[in-house]
Amino acid sequence: MIPTPDLSHLRKADYERIYEPAEDTFILLDALEQDAESLRASAPRVCLEIGSGSGCVSTFLGALLGSSGALYLCTDINPHAARCTRLTGSQNKISLDPLIGSLAAPLRHRLTRAVDVLIFNPPYVPTEEDEAAGAQVDAGITGAWAGGARGMLVTDALLEQVETLLSPHGRFYLVAVRQNDIPAIEARMRDRHGLDSAVVLQRRAGGEHLFILRIARRPPV
Amino acid sequence: MVRLITHNLLACHAKGCTTNNFPLQIKDAQLALREAEFNPDFLRGFIPRIEWAALVSAARQLGDESLPNEVPEMIDDDFLRGLHHVLLEIHIDEGAMVCPNCGHVYPISSGIPNMLLAEHEIG
Repeated sequence: MIPTPDLSHLRKADYERIYEPAEDTFILLDALEQDAESLRASAPRVCLEIGSGSGCVSTFLGALLGSSGALYLCTDINPHAARCTRLTGSQNKISLDPLIGSLAAPLRHRLTRAVDVLIFNPPYVPTEEDEAAGAQVDAGITGAWAGGARGMLVTDALLEQVETLLSPHGRFYLVAVRQNDIPAIEARMRDRHGLDSAVVLQRRAGGEHLFILRIARRPPV
Repeated sequence: MVRLITHNLLACHAKGCTTNNFPLQIKDAQLALREAEFNPDFLRGFIPRIEWAALVSAARQLGDESLPNEVPEMIDDDFLRGLHHVLLEIHIDEGAMVCPNCGHVYPISSGIPNMLLAEHEIG
């Protein structure tokens, strides 16, 4: 069993600026751990987490795959999150490479079909569209959860890029809630991008029904 | 940490900047060397994803002349150890990366690159 990363270096003041790991984080860790064997067997070299926040998830992935076994790139639009990501990595002796950026923007040119493990715990909470768009511009803590109509404002943008980012054996883990319309996400990835989706874990926590989707290329026939 | 492994994967993504936007030129770099665990399997797996000429020129910009101009046919332990150092142990803590095409400046502060664009610069 992989322990939950040590986050004792993060303070209350940090959690006023970045998202504090919660049930949605922990179900993602559980899904990764559930896939530990197949993840290790696929020998990933390039891992990319979008919106890494505290760095908890990439640190956990690094512990699962080995710090020196892969490159762990982490993007976040929030500069404080990028700093916290790096600190959480070093606190747990995992080498993470954070950068301040939106989605995969500065990496897309070079990481075409090159990402082995892509991870996104997006701002999935349905809100007013304006609130979500403004939160992305402000790049603060509201941007970590406010998702616009159906909670899909930011996720929609990434879903369009997943197929070009994933390596031949790459996989994408996405956190979603029921209001995001899981069947619609699955249909869209299948029909528009030729990718298979599977719900690998789901759980009710508080008022949320959380899902982890694993999206990958179809095995060649 | 901006290590050369990361630098090798970053391109300018400003609006309309789609050619000659890689590699970014390193400016005013303050360097630090930090030891990393040597993992030959990782390096062998990662070599096909490296833009070799960009890595060699970035290393030379930082004063490291150790890499050969081409990936050797015989990949031995000595070569991997040299590559390990250049890719993973040289850190740019402060400085900037500048697009060779449009001149956009991406600052590096406390080892973290800021790759964000202003809204009007997003393609």
